Amino acid sequence: MAGKMRIRATLKDGVTVVKVLMAHPMETGLRKGPDGKLVPAHHITDVTATLNDKPVMQAYWGGAVSQNPFIEFEINGGAAGDKLVVSWKDNLGESQAEEVTLK
Amino acid sequence: MKSNRRRFLTLSLAAVSTLASSALWPLRVLAAAARPEDAFTAKTLDEVYKALGGKPTPSKDIEFKTPDIAENGAVVPISVTSKLPNTEQIMVLIEKNPNPLASIFSISEGMAPKISTRVKVAQTGQLVAVVKAGGKLYSTSSETKVTLGGCGG
Repeated sequence: MAGKMRIRATLKDGVTVVKVLMAHPMETGLRKGPDGKLVPAHHITDVTATLNDKPVMQAYWGGAVSQNPFIEFEINGGAAGDKLVVSWKDNLGESQAEEVTLK
Repeated sequence: MKSNRRRFLTLSLAAVSTLASSALWPLRVLAAAARPEDAFTAKTLDEVYKALGGKPTPSKDIEFKTPDIAENGAVVPISVTSKLPNTEQIMVLIEKNPNPLASIFSISEGMAPKISTRVKVAQTGQLVAVVKAGGKLYSTSSETKVTLGGCGG
């Protein structure tokens, strides 16, 4: 699972466009593996984004979000030097966070 | 000496509670709802609506972009933009999936009421974007045809 989360945040006309690509298998628990047995559910359940430590987006996910999730959202404002952190937590207790500084 | 300390404590308590109740503290807005487990395990659209608190009202103020035909049901790009005032949440439901509710995005005041992402669509059917605005639920739906089903079964 351990791939890196990639965040691209672009300041444009007073808005920060954020694109995030996460690395995660996002198994629904309904898929049969090569051995014919169900692959256990392993997917991100919670996502949070903070700007300078203030929560700005939060999401709950089920297994239907595609593998290696991609999300795009916009933050009103944002300035060079601001710290954007995106983090996720999955149903097996794993988690990951990535930070970028707006330029 | 004692009364100075008491004054200080009273003042700081007042300051914190003012900050906490002001709009400068978006943490409050986002911390509102716990994860609605029963909505995620519900097996039909109606069951999801029941778990979310009611059937949404159809609305033309939700822009929901989905592909007409998805070559690969495992990765279907969608985007939702809400024009409804006081948008609090954007949710994505996929009618024919074993568990229709795919995601709930909570929109803070600091964020535009729009989201783009990619979802799994098991088979041809309706995708529904549900928006919670001003405490009420609204929705719009769009059909996506799937050539290769998205749940890998």
